Amino acid sequence: MFRILLPLVMAVCLALPVFAQGLPEVLATERAKIEKPSRQSIGPVIDAIVATGDPAAARMLAAWAERKLGQRKADGAFFILEKADEGWALTGLDGAPAGTALKADMVELKPNAGVRELIGAALVQFTLSDPDPAQRARALDAIAKSPSETQLEPLRAAIATEADPVLRARKERLERFLTLQFDPDIEARVAAIESFRGDTALDVRAALNPLLATTRKAAIALPEGANIAATLRPGSDLTEVEAYDLLVAANLAPARLTSEAQKAALAANLSNGQVAGVPVADLATREGRDRAYEAMEKAGTVPTAATDAEVDAALQAHVFFDEYTQPDARITSAARATLGSIDTRVGLMTATDLALDALSLASIYFLAAIGLAITFGVMRVINMAHGEFIMMGAYTGYVVQQLIPNYTVSIIVALPMAFAVTFMAGVAMERLVIRHLYRRPLETLLATFGISIALQQIAKNIFGTQARPLTSPAWLDGALVFNDVISISYIRIAIFVLALLFLGFFLWLMKRTRLGLEVRAVTQNPAMAASMGIDPGRINMLTFGLGSGIAGIAGVAIGLFAKVTSELGSDYIVQSFMTVVVGGVGNIWGALAGAAMIGGFQKVIEWLNPANTLAAQTYMILFIILFIQFRPRGIIALKGRAAGD
Amino acid sequence: MTRSFLARNPSVLWFLLILSAFTLVVTLLAEGFGLGLIPTAFVKVLGKTLCLCLVALAMDLIWGYTGILSLGHMAFFALGGYMLGMWLMYARTEEIVVQSLAGSPIPATPDEVAQGVATQIFGVVGASELPVVWSFAHSAWLQLPLVLIVPGLFALIFGWLAFRARVNGVYLSILTQAMTLALALYLFQNDSGLRGNNGLSGLQNLPGLGEVPQSTLSISFFLASAALLAAGYVTLAWITAGKFGSALRAIRDDEQRLRFLGYPVEGYKLFVFTLTAMIAAIAGALYYPQAGIINPAELAPIASIYLAVWVAIGGRGRLYGAVIGAAFVSLLSSWFTGGTAPSIPLGFYTIHWVDWWTVLLGLSFVLVTLFAPKGIGGLFDRFAHIGTPERHGADLGPDAGSLQEREAQE
Repeated sequence: MFRILLPLVMAVCLALPVFAQGLPEVLATERAKIEKPSRQSIGPVIDAIVATGDPAAARMLAAWAERKLGQRKADGAFFILEKADEGWALTGLDGAPAGTALKADMVELKPNAGVRELIGAALVQFTLSDPDPAQRARALDAIAKSPSETQLEPLRAAIATEADPVLRARKERLERFLTLQFDPDIEARVAAIESFRGDTALDVRAALNPLLATTRKAAIALPEGANIAATLRPGSDLTEVEAYDLLVAANLAPARLTSEAQKAALAANLSNGQVAGVPVADLATREGRDRAYEAMEKAGTVPTAATDAEVDAALQAHVFFDEYTQPDARITSAARATLGSIDTRVGLMTATDLALDALSLASIYFLAAIGLAITFGVMRVINMAHGEFIMMGAYTGYVVQQLIPNYTVSIIVALPMAFAVTFMAGVAMERLVIRHLYRRPLETLLATFGISIALQQIAKNIFGTQARPLTSPAWLDGALVFNDVISISYIRIAIFVLALLFLGFFLWLMKRTRLGLEVRAVTQNPAMAASMGIDPGRINMLTFGLGSGIAGIAGVAIGLFAKVTSELGSDYIVQSFMTVVVGGVGNIWGALAGAAMIGGFQKVIEWLNPANTLAAQTYMILFIILFIQFRPRGIIALKGRAAGD
Repeated sequence: MTRSFLARNPSVLWFLLILSAFTLVVTLLAEGFGLGLIPTAFVKVLGKTLCLCLVALAMDLIWGYTGILSLGHMAFFALGGYMLGMWLMYARTEEIVVQSLAGSPIPATPDEVAQGVATQIFGVVGASELPVVWSFAHSAWLQLPLVLIVPGLFALIFGWLAFRARVNGVYLSILTQAMTLALALYLFQNDSGLRGNNGLSGLQNLPGLGEVPQSTLSISFFLASAALLAAGYVTLAWITAGKFGSALRAIRDDEQRLRFLGYPVEGYKLFVFTLTAMIAAIAGALYYPQAGIINPAELAPIASIYLAVWVAIGGRGRLYGAVIGAAFVSLLSSWFTGGTAPSIPLGFYTIHWVDWWTVLLGLSFVLVTLFAPKGIGGLFDRFAHIGTPERHGADLGPDAGSLQEREAQE
């Protein structure tokens, strides 16, 4: 391929400013280093080879990086090796075939990974003008990954010849990156830095932040001409211990006496059961040890150590400051200003992203709680097995996926299947257990809890304790990415849509259908409803089945992003109940408000303390307990007759 | 009021007799004292069971008598354990640290010992400073009262908030469950200062008693548990037998009516909630030295629900019911889950009890709730010929109070 490349490579190489020696001379002088290359020493050699601008250099480097370069033992000449019948087929560095050689006559050069990386970086410059756009893109990737000063000139030279507008834009952008880091001209660097104002891409921040790196120093006075980021006051900006450690590290003050050192000194001077006149028994306290040590200091047996007063004086006498590693103030202030403008935009976007996250968490809670809003909110039946219905739905989805290998079809089948399975389970539970306990809510809680632990254990016995995957179809993989900050995965969008669908379905069912009318009648006054010809038993059964069925569908949705285990349901049950209680019982809008509040609040706490999701949940629950103080009946409380008791 | 307390409550006498006979037999047969027929491990199981009986008593007072289904009492139980455990662990570690520092020629300062203890205890969570919550752990006299104070104060604040807002019924149950979950999640964090999910361990070694064999320690703990259970039983029997007990039952049966009669219902509830939390804490403080280890998993909401299961199976609203339920179910549980119960081959499938015991427990719990609301304790009514008067419909159990099924529906 290099044969086609030759003219282009030549063009690039000619543009290089340094045109020191020819390739043969370089190879002759650096022979030893090429034979035994090391990462530390090979850099200048590679640079020299590149600087020759010889087309053979590219060929040689490529062969070297692929471990195909060999050296003839007889005269030390380099050849490109190719496996042949007996030994090697040789090709000269100029590209002409050079016969064959026996294996024993040649030494293979096998550079290690570090050296090959350096060679690869050098080769990038040749590839920048490759006629194949994919090759050029790859070269740009390589530069972006490990930028270096030497790449700046070849890159600039390659921009003019670039025909592809996308690649050209990338090259120009990359050129600005290299400029802001390596250009010898300060003004050019400042201009490059300022050109990124308001650009929120991650690589911009990654490139700008090193410019603002600081080192913490201590000195007697602020050094002239140094690029100071901030002066620090011991006690407020940094602790006094840290400040004094800085002084010690800078050899500006004697080391403080640590308690270990003191103890060692005391132990070394122990004689006749006492140290410098202080009996050993007294050394069990800090004062006793200090007294003994001071006595030894006076006697001159130990070096004097800094006392607290001396430490204070030393801290007073010195200044502490953060100094930019970048010496030029123009660059640091430009970088600071640009980063500041970026931070504002990033802050806004983070808030948007957080809102999206909160929305998706809220829709998950809403999905988990909507079934509960029916059974608990409308029927006032505490169903502790609700979580296990979610789990049953998820396992139904898993089983369906085992039978139908196509993920899209299996999800479409699994949703109604999960509904059917949990609907049946709910109806059975209502008929067998809950029906007998309508007037005894606490006992419903306990009985359904008994069912819950039984169901959980049965699931464990059937499916085992390890998590089962419920794979989402390929079109739900990935995320909708707006930019480096804002993105939302398609699965979460799907769950959001599903939650909206169910909200609509529930509203339609309760407000627009005969069943909904009867459900509302039975909830308000079963006896009156019965005398109007409604069968309360049947309605209760159907309502409970409906709530359970929706739990099953929620299970499939939750299973898509969480692992399906037998504990899946119990992870969500407390949050679901909280959602309903906080939102207000007996009202679908309440469940929605509750889910939005809990989801939003949890995300905000997680954002404030990102390392600790456990703490987020703790504070969440504490918040709910306090919230109930102010609105005991939830955000949206039923008023008047509908409120019942 | 002429008859004595015991004469009016024969069950107390019977209970004390049976408990002391049981204690005597176990002590005589135990490895530590007598014939050595009962291994130390089983003495510990029995001692722990007695502690569980004590916390079940507390649960019975709050649920069976007062009608508040708290799903958080195991949290108080574990808190009590944590409070005692902190002292045990600190003192024990201090002994070890002092011993290891004694080798050096210079005697150790208190600072060094404290630092050594902190590094020993908190090395696992990557800290070397003693957190603030451990401020009292170095002294038994400061830390031991915390066994009562911390859970008591916690219950007082939570109860005050909850009862003040008139949260009751199932809402209160869910709220207590949330509280337990919050506490458990908090303790799971490494920076909560209680060693995160490692919990506290080595609690079976009592400070200063390193020479005493575990067989002797276990029987002492067993006797202490029995004594406390007896004391708790008599106290609660005395509380429930008096006017106070009547007020509690009235709260259970019709809270609204009692409030209208001028009783400070919230005060009663708060008192009972706090009292039972403290009893639970004492039980926990005795339980965990016998268990040897405590971690936040002990606070999981499921533990508190199991407590309710024990009381329900034993029989709510009667103290001996709670004791029977706790002892029966927890011993049966450990027998079934211990792998010693024989499997049942069905030909096509073999039932291993380790796997199926929870299913059996759950279903039998449903059956008890549906068909025998009085629990095992109801059997005693048969012996004592205490028949409830023939009324309409079936008995609804203690929750719906004096109402029978058909009356309740009207």
